[in-house]
Amino acid sequence: MNARTQSAVAFSPRRIAAMILRYWYLLRSSWPRLVELIYWPTVQMITWGFLQLYVMQNGGLFARAAGTFIGAVLLWDILFRGQLGFSISFLEEMWSRNIGNLMMSPLRPFEFVTALMVMSVVRLLIGAVPVTLLAIVFFGFNLYGLGLALVAFFINLMLTSWAVGIFVSGLVLRNGLGAENFAWSIMFLFMPLTCVYYPVTTLPVWLQPAAWVLPPTYVFEGMRALLIEHTFRPELMLYALALNAVFFAGGLFGFLRLLQSARRHGSLMQTGE
Amino acid sequence: MPASPAIKVERLVKVYKQFPAVDGVSFSIAPGSITGLLGGNGAGKTTTIATIMGLITPTSGRVTVLGAEMPRERYRVLHRMNFESPYVEMPMRLTIRQNLTVFGMLYGVAGLADRIEQLGAALDLTDLLDRPTGKLSAGQKTRVSLAKSLINSPELLLLDEPTASLDPDTADWVRARLQRYCRDHHATVLLASHNMAEVERMCERVIIMKQGRIEDDDTPARLLARYGRRTLEEVFLDVARRRDEEREAAL
Repeated sequence: MNARTQSAVAFSPRRIAAMILRYWYLLRSSWPRLVELIYWPTVQMITWGFLQLYVMQNGGLFARAAGTFIGAVLLWDILFRGQLGFSISFLEEMWSRNIGNLMMSPLRPFEFVTALMVMSVVRLLIGAVPVTLLAIVFFGFNLYGLGLALVAFFINLMLTSWAVGIFVSGLVLRNGLGAENFAWSIMFLFMPLTCVYYPVTTLPVWLQPAAWVLPPTYVFEGMRALLIEHTFRPELMLYALALNAVFFAGGLFGFLRLLQSARRHGSLMQTGE
Repeated sequence: MPASPAIKVERLVKVYKQFPAVDGVSFSIAPGSITGLLGGNGAGKTTTIATIMGLITPTSGRVTVLGAEMPRERYRVLHRMNFESPYVEMPMRLTIRQNLTVFGMLYGVAGLADRIEQLGAALDLTDLLDRPTGKLSAGQKTRVSLAKSLINSPELLLLDEPTASLDPDTADWVRARLQRYCRDHHATVLLASHNMAEVERMCERVIIMKQGRIEDDDTPARLLARYGRRTLEEVFLDVARRRDEEREAAL
């Protein structure tokens, strides 16, 4: 390991804590930011919950799939909000023109990324926990009833969301706020291919291999197996974990290369559009 | 034996696409000195400073700061330096105390709470410490940025237009504090400015840049004598117009 790599991966818990504290101060100071964390997941859950009620009442064929809609929407929210939580914390630095201060400080890229990962979990929990409780109250769907499987689903979805969040942050660092839209929209590219609301077999045969290279596909298939067939399939979680390792390494590699390119092109001093 | 320079820039070139923003610049800055970097818009001052800070990778040439090559070895020295620039801001929603706490932790400052109180007193911010940074006046924000730049008691301070948005009285007050800090801590300062009076008052050496190159480099007194002028502003205008005249003559 050369001196440069060593310094880039050196970890200081105090610097990570400083960044987490910075985002915590920000969240605490702004009630609209807190409300936003809960608002959309609640709206989504209620909409899909009523759709599920309707399907269950009218379609005997679909009645077996009870719970999959709300389950899917809650798990999708973990994936989507996880990435958004990561990216928004990063974008806060761009919006406040603070990124130069951070890049000039002793904060290492890996410490920055770690703090963003922690904050994505914090933001997700603030939004998701009340919504999962509302799902129990309104629709009798208890996500926590998935037990240990939920832990496996959660870990895999968070890993994917971080991998995508890290890469998008690199894109914004390199290209400025003109690339901000990727942060809001990139996860929707995953939506049709990861088969959130339907089995992979629904896709045309030629498209199915593309679905199987995406880690969340295994999570949503695993959820359906659990809710419809009452079977937990650990092999799906292991495949997802292996793919997530590749995605995460790819995201980090992309981020570091884009940061390097930003230094070459002087983008760190010009973080506008 | 002379002390090794705090900053050493050797044949620095930075080209953006085809355009050379910095074109073969070399200089050394002695520890404990205050040096002014003068130049009009597009002269290459900010690119030079950003390269010294490790924010930009040079196209060619070499920049050494406190003995570390930038940007490759930047993490060896970033905790010993700091900067203030109009290109960056402090997070607006955080109070001054929160901002200084975050940056103090990033820089590994010991006795942080005391250090914040100390800076608050030194920069007349004590009564404002718990106010959100976004609710301060331009002058107060500049003082907060200065507080951030001094949080780690840096050995090397890079200042880009530190008094640009201040009224003359506050600007003078800030300059006095900066000078006292440098004297007390034997700190090195590189100051980019358009304010000639400021440079004349604070700096023991002036580097004048134009179109990515160094046009002149001397003490303020020697520059005034050599150009036969009374103020640095007149010297700066002479330098700025000299090449234009040469170009016109060549045509």
